[in-house]
Amino acid sequence: MTANQPTLSVESLRTHFFTRAGVLKAVDDVSFTVSAGQVLGLVGESGSGKTVTGFSVIGLVDPPGRIVGGRVLFKGEDLVGAGEERLRRLRGDRVAMIFQDPMMTLNPVLRVDTQMIETILAHDPAVGRSAAMERARDALGRVGIPSPDERLRAYPHQFSGGMRQRVAIAIALLNRPDLIIADEPTTALDVTIQGQILYEVQKLCRETGAALIWITHDLSVIAGLADTVCVMYAGRIVESGTVDDVLDRPQHPYTAGLIGSVPSRNRRGVKLAQIPGMTPSLLSLPPGCAFRARCARADDACLAEPPLVIPSPGRGLRCFHPQADAR
Amino acid sequence: MTAEIVPVAPAVETPFRRFVAEFCASRLAVAGLVGLSIILLVAIFAPWIAPQDPYDLRQLDVLDGRLPPLSKSMGGKTYWLGTDDQGRDMLSGIMYGLRTSLLVGVGSSFFAMLIGMAAGLTAAYVGGAIETLIMRIVDIQLSFPAILIALILLAVLGQGVDKIMIALVAVQWAYYARTVRGTALVERRKEYIEAARCLALGKSRIVFRHLLPNCLPPLIVVNTVLVAGAIALEATLSFLGLGLPITKPSLGLLIANGFAYMLSGKYWISFFPGVALLATIVCINLVGDQLRDVLNPRLQK
Amino acid sequence: MSDAPPMLALDGISQRFVKRLDVAARIANLLGAKLKDEVVHAVDRVDLAVRQGEVVGLVGESGCGKSTLGRIAAGILAPSEGRRRWRGKTVAEMPAAEARAVELKVQMIFQDPFASLNPRLRVEDIVGEAPAVHGIVAGGERDAYVAELLRRVGLDPGFRRRYPHQFSGGQRARVGIARALAVKPEFLVCDEAVAALDVSIQAQVLNLFMDLRADLGLTYLFISHDLGVVEHLSDRVAIMYLGRFVEIAPAEEIFARPNHPYTAALLAGIPRLDARKRRFEPVKGEIPSPLNPPPGCHFHPRCPHAIPRCRVEAPALKAIAPGHWSACHLNDGK
Repeated sequence: MTANQPTLSVESLRTHFFTRAGVLKAVDDVSFTVSAGQVLGLVGESGSGKTVTGFSVIGLVDPPGRIVGGRVLFKGEDLVGAGEERLRRLRGDRVAMIFQDPMMTLNPVLRVDTQMIETILAHDPAVGRSAAMERARDALGRVGIPSPDERLRAYPHQFSGGMRQRVAIAIALLNRPDLIIADEPTTALDVTIQGQILYEVQKLCRETGAALIWITHDLSVIAGLADTVCVMYAGRIVESGTVDDVLDRPQHPYTAGLIGSVPSRNRRGVKLAQIPGMTPSLLSLPPGCAFRARCARADDACLAEPPLVIPSPGRGLRCFHPQADAR
Repeated sequence: MTAEIVPVAPAVETPFRRFVAEFCASRLAVAGLVGLSIILLVAIFAPWIAPQDPYDLRQLDVLDGRLPPLSKSMGGKTYWLGTDDQGRDMLSGIMYGLRTSLLVGVGSSFFAMLIGMAAGLTAAYVGGAIETLIMRIVDIQLSFPAILIALILLAVLGQGVDKIMIALVAVQWAYYARTVRGTALVERRKEYIEAARCLALGKSRIVFRHLLPNCLPPLIVVNTVLVAGAIALEATLSFLGLGLPITKPSLGLLIANGFAYMLSGKYWISFFPGVALLATIVCINLVGDQLRDVLNPRLQK
Repeated sequence: MSDAPPMLALDGISQRFVKRLDVAARIANLLGAKLKDEVVHAVDRVDLAVRQGEVVGLVGESGCGKSTLGRIAAGILAPSEGRRRWRGKTVAEMPAAEARAVELKVQMIFQDPFASLNPRLRVEDIVGEAPAVHGIVAGGERDAYVAELLRRVGLDPGFRRRYPHQFSGGQRARVGIARALAVKPEFLVCDEAVAALDVSIQAQVLNLFMDLRADLGLTYLFISHDLGVVEHLSDRVAIMYLGRFVEIAPAEEIFARPNHPYTAALLAGIPRLDARKRRFEPVKGEIPSPLNPPPGCHFHPRCPHAIPRCRVEAPALKAIAPGHWSACHLNDGK
């Protein structure tokens, strides 16, 4: 492995769902990279394909969905062709996933210590029970859970929602993964609890040097957390770049619209800048730019599919009529 | 002024079409539905398609009694499934028997559903002491074996189609009441019920127009299972001689009639009504199982 | 104008939810166990007055009782204690017909765009049922009335014969708004009305609320956990924590000069677009269970400035500036 090789490099990934009603292109030609210690924000509204992208990376797409093209290079190894056994070894060990609902990770009928020790021993039986116990206690302490000894002996239902999410994060971090994929982990939590978890996650990434993909609909969370951001719309990444570039100088009309519709960006009591229309159904996507129908700049050129262009180093854009730096 | 109009996306798939597609995903369930449809048609049109009217004494000839399947009658007709001791064509007897069995099963389940629905909805929507009272009665009712209650009631009431239906309703209403109450408790907490109350709509309007229609899907499932149960229970009671009078034979009574001849090798008098009963119940259960899977929100993807 | 009684006033409202002991627990008590009824003080002696034409934002985290208070304001829930007054008159003492008229004047917009519409009714029935029942519109004019309402909320009236599942989340939210508008309300209680919507759709619906306010002169109680949304819409903001108001102030005031430590923590906690790579400084601790709230000031176990008095005495709301009320002992020292 070379020194500057990214931890994860996704190239032209396509995941389609073959449903009764037709082929649903949930992820269509998506590319991005994340390096060690970096946080990538994957932003999109419901149905934009952001969650399926995360699931595709670790091979968790269930039928009728299937990866139909592209490569997922994890430290140089292509995971698209990898066998189920190899993927299972990676999951929970080198690659960890945090879900919106922590009960996706936690088993309601097992004590927290049992689950944590199992996770460690499953991937490295040589550790031994007492050392594993020690590591579990450390992990709980690191995510800010008070009196971890007591908490280890509890069942998941004895925790509050925020605490449960912390335990899920602690389990995800047990084997010091190289890549963490977090799918809206703070969306269901209260503001003060979300603040706590963002704080812990940021600290852990700095300490362990893990690469983090943070999937969310909330641009404001990304603003405070991520280094780079990819904005998804109808299965495609329409704009990507560093957080400062994308949020301060958005070039795609959709990104600009999203930022404009955040209430705190508008003057109090004045009508919000809104994007007209609604997200198109992935089943009946019009040809060309999917945002065309809602876009004020659209013209006949947009009937063709906008190619990926690199307006400046580190940025990506799919638009025929990018916004000039209008700020 | 008017806000700008947002176009509505075309409906890709209606729930009914999705329901049909999901139901048809199981070949077995489709087979069950086809079988059930045939049985229903036969039962409904029995007087027109049966070779003879088994209860018209002028069409019977005792000399044709206990003929094996495929025998020819004195008049040259073929008895495809043989005859019973009275010389009745078994095929016609089964068709008429199905009619009685299905009428009793479907009819009693229908009335049980009406009573159980009213009780369950009242319990869920009114709550308090009335709910406790209704649900304790349901608990007590369900703690006795169904056949025991039916036997006691029939012993008191006597025989007859109406009597056995009363007995079956008394046995089954509690299942409906419990199911409806469970669903209604979930539905009444949903926001659309709160919205209806906020709009100051009347109580009965909320219960019957808003709450009830949303409690129906699980009832459909319970209904199929209980119709099958009612048919089986009626057959059992008739077999024991407590159900229907000999003038109105159901499948259970036909089986009981032939039971005496089983050991003398004249199997067909009991066997074919038994097969008909089994096929009916299996078909209903196949359809019911698939309905349960399709309508269960927890199994939906 | 300022002499007129407030449009809707809630005086000393408390709401307790009691989970009674079941038979088994009562038998256990006879045998010496000391089990008690579980009482949740969802709302604890709250006063709120909303003036005509005002938008009051109600902010709090889960379990703080904001939804319960909203339902009491909308008349769906009868409070355990306290009075609800409409233009100065107590609703509970009104004759039935008058009370019903008040019920219709106050309508509610719900959070869940799926659960808040009856899935078995067509949109025209969802919207048109109540006005027909209450005689607001004659039978023959119902169609036109519903069409007009749908147009008002930005939906194509051509789709009034469709069922809710045929609409997207944002459109369902609009149907819910049309249903409330159908009975000509003067006051809308919005309970997390945009929380379930995507950002771009949320902006559309918020704009619709602002249009309706301007066109129909509606008054709002806007309940949300999202401070950004509340800040944008509200004239005044009330912050709630575990069943009590901790601070009420005009919106500019509360966002510029938060007084209560909880308000300050809440404001510091919201992620903002222009705060890059910042170090999140979290408030410590969990939100306590409303089943067993801490004594004294409910916030004291998490408060960085707590003094011994906070542990024993619940602070009352006191005016610290004109129109700015806060419930914190620290203000007494100043």
